[in-house]
Amino acid sequence: MTQALLAFLTIVVGVAGCLGYFWASNLLLDKVLFPARGPNAGQNINRANLLRPWLFLFPAVVALGLYLAYPVFATLWLSLNRNQSGELVFVGLDNYRTMFGEAKFRESLRNNMVWLIVVPAASTAFGLLAAQLTDRIRWGNLAKSMIFMPMAISFVGASVIWKLIYDTREAGQPQIGLLNALWMQADGGFFSILILKVLPVVLLVGIAAGILWFLWAQIRDFADGGIWGKVLRGLGVLVGAWLVFVALSWAWGAATAMLPYGKPQFWLQIPFWNNFFLMAVLIWLQTGFAMVILSAALRGVPEETVEAAILDGANPFQIFFKIKVPQIMGTIVVVWTTITITVLKVFDIVRAMTGGQQETQVLANYMYEKLFVAVDWGVGSASAMIILLLVSPILVWNVYSARKEMR
Amino acid sequence: MADMILRDVAKSYGEVKVLSDINLDIKRGELIVFVGPSGCGKSTLLRMIAGLERITAGDFSIDGVRMNDVPPAQRGIAMVFQSYALYPHMTVRDNMAFALKIAGKTRAEITAAVDRAAQILQLTPYLDRLPKALSGGQRQRVAIGRAIVRNPKVYLFDEPLSNLDAALRAATRLEIAQLKEAMPDSTMVYVTHDQVEAMTLASRIVVLAGGGISQVGTPMELYQRPRNEFVARFIGSPAMNLIPGKIVGTGAETLVHLVSGGIARAAIPTQAADQGMAVNLGVRPEDLAETTGEPLFTGEVEITEALGEVTLLYFRRQGENAQVVAKLPGIHTGLRRKEVRLAADPAKIHLFAGGRSLLYR
Repeated sequence: MTQALLAFLTIVVGVAGCLGYFWASNLLLDKVLFPARGPNAGQNINRANLLRPWLFLFPAVVALGLYLAYPVFATLWLSLNRNQSGELVFVGLDNYRTMFGEAKFRESLRNNMVWLIVVPAASTAFGLLAAQLTDRIRWGNLAKSMIFMPMAISFVGASVIWKLIYDTREAGQPQIGLLNALWMQADGGFFSILILKVLPVVLLVGIAAGILWFLWAQIRDFADGGIWGKVLRGLGVLVGAWLVFVALSWAWGAATAMLPYGKPQFWLQIPFWNNFFLMAVLIWLQTGFAMVILSAALRGVPEETVEAAILDGANPFQIFFKIKVPQIMGTIVVVWTTITITVLKVFDIVRAMTGGQQETQVLANYMYEKLFVAVDWGVGSASAMIILLLVSPILVWNVYSARKEMR
Repeated sequence: MADMILRDVAKSYGEVKVLSDINLDIKRGELIVFVGPSGCGKSTLLRMIAGLERITAGDFSIDGVRMNDVPPAQRGIAMVFQSYALYPHMTVRDNMAFALKIAGKTRAEITAAVDRAAQILQLTPYLDRLPKALSGGQRQRVAIGRAIVRNPKVYLFDEPLSNLDAALRAATRLEIAQLKEAMPDSTMVYVTHDQVEAMTLASRIVVLAGGGISQVGTPMELYQRPRNEFVARFIGSPAMNLIPGKIVGTGAETLVHLVSGGIARAAIPTQAADQGMAVNLGVRPEDLAETTGEPLFTGEVEITEALGEVTLLYFRRQGENAQVVAKLPGIHTGLRRKEVRLAADPAKIHLFAGGRSLLYR
């Protein structure tokens, strides 16, 4: 009861404080500093109006400076020092050197990289797909609500749900984990071959073919565009070629792997692949976000341009990829970068599901463990700086694209 | 470069009938204009020809080939949209080249076609710009260019000038007329609600109203011999005056006694059986002239509008009848609140019974 009362009191005091601040500071400005009378009345009014915005900004600037800007510099400073029994000793880049020497850090860098490629791409792609497919059908809005619903679940809540999905019981017992329950149905017969071998191979080869087609289009149009266009296309071709190689080698792996049928799997303990089981959680959470934003953007594409494309002979795929998607490219970039930033900060899911064990470490969790488990402020702060370094350019791009969209 | 035939074409959305019994033969090289009030289905008919709307019933063919189920791109048509519908993310060149790229033409063919169209439309300096960097008139020309490069048999225009300001509209109207001159073999279908565009551009006008065709004919046919009261009032501005009356004399010329008191002779033959028939007498404001002889209409001028080249006289309403308007050439002052006696050449008088012209019986 006292806590509720305290909370209420805080609200009252806070709101009253705000009102009091604006009232008193404006009074000070108008009556004392630049009074609107005397020989300089007009000049004083102009000066007061020049100052007024800063009066309003002042509390926010102070709060942000105190809680955002100062910690950044403090962290930077901490990352350059070592904590020797309560005393800070300047050690230069030693912490960074130590950190880059640690296998666990390199592992989290690698994992973050994979997260960075897979999650924004998958979320945006699924979101775009869902937005387009639910656009014209009668129960589309129902489907959209279902896809959007995970957005309301906290990361930790979602992790608990998915931990249950990945749960494992001994072979004789009924499997309460959805994935193992499905897995135990597979017996190496026709259907399990179809679903576990043929389907993944077809999907992966399909993806590789799609990327190859994209590569061919880039190479064909290489002459178009300026120097930056050429550089971008060149980079795109390199990344695409690498992705084709990965997809094909995975397809080969899926085709040749000996699958341990009939044995319940510890999904979160399969090295490397367990990362993807964690990513599934975030993709599940973020697809709804991508879908809602992209759906609104797709609705904004003028119907006439689609009709003109139909008359020009474009098929549904060409209409989607050459008419609709380019027109919402700005929104796609905003969605992509927003999810990318979320991914770079991902912590809760890994913390709640594996704790970073079995090669699933990510930067944010690494930082947490260094700072609060190992109480190594130096290395912890250094890893925080690395995250900041990675997020900043994407954040800038995100804000830039979002502002461009709003214009 | 094609003949188009519409036979009993109809369109309905579920239970709602939008268009029915559309029969139309369009010859190669014609410029057909669909006019009609808002919601008469003129754009729907155009979109059915384009293939953007399904034809509910009837047959539509181009050059003898039934087109009902042929996809839009294979009908040999190109369309210019009201909002231009340019692809905002493509340059002018790419906008015009898109259809050809989809069709798998070679780079050289595409460049040649685009350059030629750009030259015709004076767009060459703008080829590398995005649509947003163009003026309204230039965008309109890009939209036309996108149609030209495909070298279609039929051009479709959906109110192409309605987004332009008045001066630009007149200029672009002339450009379209010149474009038609330059391509005498191509067939064009043009939708508008602006009768000036219809009268100036069309080789034939199709007036649509009430879910069907009211009349098809050359602009002068529609002006001089409207088939019904709707067409009579839709073509011409201000609209034709309709004054109720009764036939009192028949023969090679018809004598009509008007409820407003006047007597009029019309150069329309009638039979003895028509004696006493209730008719609406139609006379265009520009066909009325002041007279000292037997007046067709006498009334007090309520309002005058002086435009310099003509003066419009609006007469006081008489009973239930619509307001009578006269358009006198030149400048007339001091007519306000005066009684004016008007007459018209019998050859310029129209007679309608039950809304239909007595000329077409």
